[in-house]
Amino acid sequence: MKRLSLAVATLLATAPAFAEDSSDPIKLTLHDWSGQLITTTLMGEVLKKAGNNIEYVQADYIAQFAGLKTGDLHLAMELWETTAREAMDEAFATGNVVSFGETGMQAIEEWWYPAYMEERCPGLPDWQALNDCASEFATAETAPMGRYLGGPVTWGGFDDERVEALGMDFEVVHAGTDAALFAELEAAYQRQDPIVLWVYAPHWAPAKYDGKFVEFPAYSSECYNDPSVGINPDAAYDCGKPRGPIWKAGWVGLADKWPSAAKTIENFKITNEDMGAMVADVDLNGKSVDEVVAAWMTENKDTWSGWIAK
Amino acid sequence: MSRVMPYITRNTVFWVVLFALTWLLSRNSFALYKALDARWIIRFPKKYELPLEGWISTFLDWLVNTANFWLFTFRDLTRAIAVVIEVPYQVLRNLLIEGFQTGLGEQAVQLAPSMSWIAVIAVVVAVGHYARNWALAGLVGLCFLYLAVFGQWESAMITLASVLVAVPIGAVGGLALGILAYRMPWFDRALRPVLDLMQTVPVFAYLVPILILFGFGPVSALVATIIYAMPPMVRVTILALRAVPAEIVEAGRMAGCTARQITWKVLVPSATPTLMVGVNQVIMLTLNMVIIASMIGAGGLGFDVLSSLRRLDIGGGIEAGLAIVVMAIALDRASQAFSERKYSEPRSGNVLQRHPWSGTVVLVVLGTFILGRFVPAVQTYPEALTITTSPFWSAAMEWVNVNFFDTFEAIKTVLLKGLLLPVKKFFAGIPWGWGIIAVGLIAWRVNGWRLGVMAALLMAFIAASGLWAKAMVTIYLCGVSVLLATLIGIPLGIWAAERPRAGRVILGLMDTLQTLPSFVYLIPVVMLFRVGDFSAMIAVILYALAPAVRYAAHGLREVPEQLVEAGQMAGCTPGQLLWRVKLPLATPQILLGLNQTIMLALSMLVITALVGTRDLGQEVYIALTKANAGQGIVAGLSVAFIAIIADRIVNALAEGQKRRLGI
Repeated sequence: MKRLSLAVATLLATAPAFAEDSSDPIKLTLHDWSGQLITTTLMGEVLKKAGNNIEYVQADYIAQFAGLKTGDLHLAMELWETTAREAMDEAFATGNVVSFGETGMQAIEEWWYPAYMEERCPGLPDWQALNDCASEFATAETAPMGRYLGGPVTWGGFDDERVEALGMDFEVVHAGTDAALFAELEAAYQRQDPIVLWVYAPHWAPAKYDGKFVEFPAYSSECYNDPSVGINPDAAYDCGKPRGPIWKAGWVGLADKWPSAAKTIENFKITNEDMGAMVADVDLNGKSVDEVVAAWMTENKDTWSGWIAK
Repeated sequence: MSRVMPYITRNTVFWVVLFALTWLLSRNSFALYKALDARWIIRFPKKYELPLEGWISTFLDWLVNTANFWLFTFRDLTRAIAVVIEVPYQVLRNLLIEGFQTGLGEQAVQLAPSMSWIAVIAVVVAVGHYARNWALAGLVGLCFLYLAVFGQWESAMITLASVLVAVPIGAVGGLALGILAYRMPWFDRALRPVLDLMQTVPVFAYLVPILILFGFGPVSALVATIIYAMPPMVRVTILALRAVPAEIVEAGRMAGCTARQITWKVLVPSATPTLMVGVNQVIMLTLNMVIIASMIGAGGLGFDVLSSLRRLDIGGGIEAGLAIVVMAIALDRASQAFSERKYSEPRSGNVLQRHPWSGTVVLVVLGTFILGRFVPAVQTYPEALTITTSPFWSAAMEWVNVNFFDTFEAIKTVLLKGLLLPVKKFFAGIPWGWGIIAVGLIAWRVNGWRLGVMAALLMAFIAASGLWAKAMVTIYLCGVSVLLATLIGIPLGIWAAERPRAGRVILGLMDTLQTLPSFVYLIPVVMLFRVGDFSAMIAVILYALAPAVRYAAHGLREVPEQLVEAGQMAGCTPGQLLWRVKLPLATPQILLGLNQTIMLALSMLVITALVGTRDLGQEVYIALTKANAGQGIVAGLSVAFIAIIADRIVNALAEGQKRRLGI
């Protein structure tokens, strides 16, 4: 019923503003984390206001590239520089997938600890203070070294190299997925047990749990590429992690079939702060994605109407 | 006696020497490499590695983009298959949840609504009653009512639509292949490795090619599901047909049956009870794939589980997971009842009198259709009346975590130090050259030189692909898990067979464990045991336990009544009856269970890569996240080869046992 009324309402309320856009639905991919659902729903709603027909399709983050290449799917709204780089490069190289620019959000990734650790390790968030109390983080398997829970090996991040280069007394254990990563954080947080792990933003975790990112020597590309730069003269990666944009990408035929929509998509920009607030509203305050997106759109009418191509 | 003793001794000597030699080499391989300065002893030399990954990727590229059969491309063919599968699926989806619409996407206009929740429940209750009796009808109805009350209706109907398409295809296809294999020995020989590959090459390994070939969305998910769920049906069919007593077939022949009549009128009906075990497995495995299917666009309950757990909403995950279990129970019981349905006299009278239940159901469907226009609650279960137990589960999890973590940690440390780490060290140390020889020797000893050579060649493939180290971690994790699963599972199976009342509870629990998506317990397991091999092992045991229990129980129950009576008359105590009569006779079935346990453990290892292990499962998962089809398939094949070797060895043991028993 809701679907029906929605469909009819859309049909009546929006006369297609741009005759050249096809009336076929643009298929946007939905993944399984709230931030992405919000970004995609926001894009979808704006496209609807612009008179386009859209459809949401469930798809796996990486598997979706197969669909984007063949045109079965049309638009992916959140491709993180930090996790999707290889897949994007491979897809761009085929010529069937193109970038629609940055979303405006910046991915932050770094070692992170819960605030209650500050009592046990004075001097945090400095990385040397963390290293001084490495034994606090030890477990049966890693003792006497501390245990650092890294992201899946596919995320890269050079944590093994970082530990080596900075001479840290930590052993890197890789989680298989981010669900496993945050499950451990949740469990440790409940017990108020020591933990230091890979956390990224925008994400609900930094909003839900009280804690901080560890401060490493600042990142520079020289630090990653040139061993002589940085604290350790003989090793690269003796600094923190880079921050990177989150990209939009889609099927190469999108711009031909829906030229106005393509412009609207390119214009889409949103900040980490806005997104963080919306993610927290959904994951922590239990609101629905549609509700949160609708609220943002009422408050920021000027912003999104500016995206729609004139 | 004197003739038996030397045989036993020689056999024992072989195993002891083989193990001792392997252990010595494993312990000293590193020292050996240092002493001889020969790194190739522990690492397969990089320059001799086969560039298989590249070849496979190139081949798939060709297949997908250029392969051509004069009139159409390979992709046209697969896309045509996709359409054939998609039509019934879409119709079911429209019928059950979406309603019939015209137009695409958000501009769609609804022509007719879907069946209301009341109508769907009425239909399943009627089906339950038709299949057996009111008790079953009540059970099935309650299961579906659960879905509505717990707010899982919409997702559940999407999942139901895919199950209703995948299960018939899997069951009928499996039956057909099984019959062919039964009638043509060469087909059987050709089919067995294919079955092993279908069941053991992890789904993640061929997901990328399937997506390209069948298009993005539910159809690809259905294809992957069918590939995964069909093999047990084929296996069970072959087993069941062979188990039909020769006298029955003879009787059929004497009555003048043609080959076709023998198959359909004699063999299949007599084998039906065992065949239903196969259908049961197809249903269970189909529901098992629900999660992976949802990763590639199937939606439904699987997606709910996945997204709940990503938010660490454990309660939400459990509820959606239990909805899958509930649905499995309903489908499983109904399908079993159908196989045992007794013929009943047709009623007389007019149409409504002859079909009172069909008539009632039609009335309910039409009634709710009309009423649903005016009262929304009739069409869709009102959201305000749904209940959720989510906060309870999250609180329970937190309570366990805070209060029992230290206990778990202590148990874990003991098991890690006493069992897991030594076994890991043993396997990791085996030099690849000796590993190949040792596996070959084991296979040769069990089943002759043919199997020996094949096993050695398959292991050599793994070494030559540069995956030896990861394969050893796989064998170690799988081996430890299977060992523990067997130690827990077989006693449970015996208990279930000996005490029918306990049996119902145990087998019900096993069904639950096997259908409950592993994701649901993967996250709590990680919370309690941290990321690592131990968590992976627990998850594998939970998942792979079911066949060990089920086959042991089945095997014991199938022991012929006369033999048990003969034992009783010979004055056996119940203990003797179990150990001397029933268990030896059930050994072939128990070994088949062991076989399935190994297969499930290997397939689960790919899922546990999501926790964080360093085995072949991780290799497959990495390949998937990088969309590297070649890497995925090579790693997938390596998993499959380990499975095939294990399968052949266990099967040879089962055959040997059967010969010794004369059955």
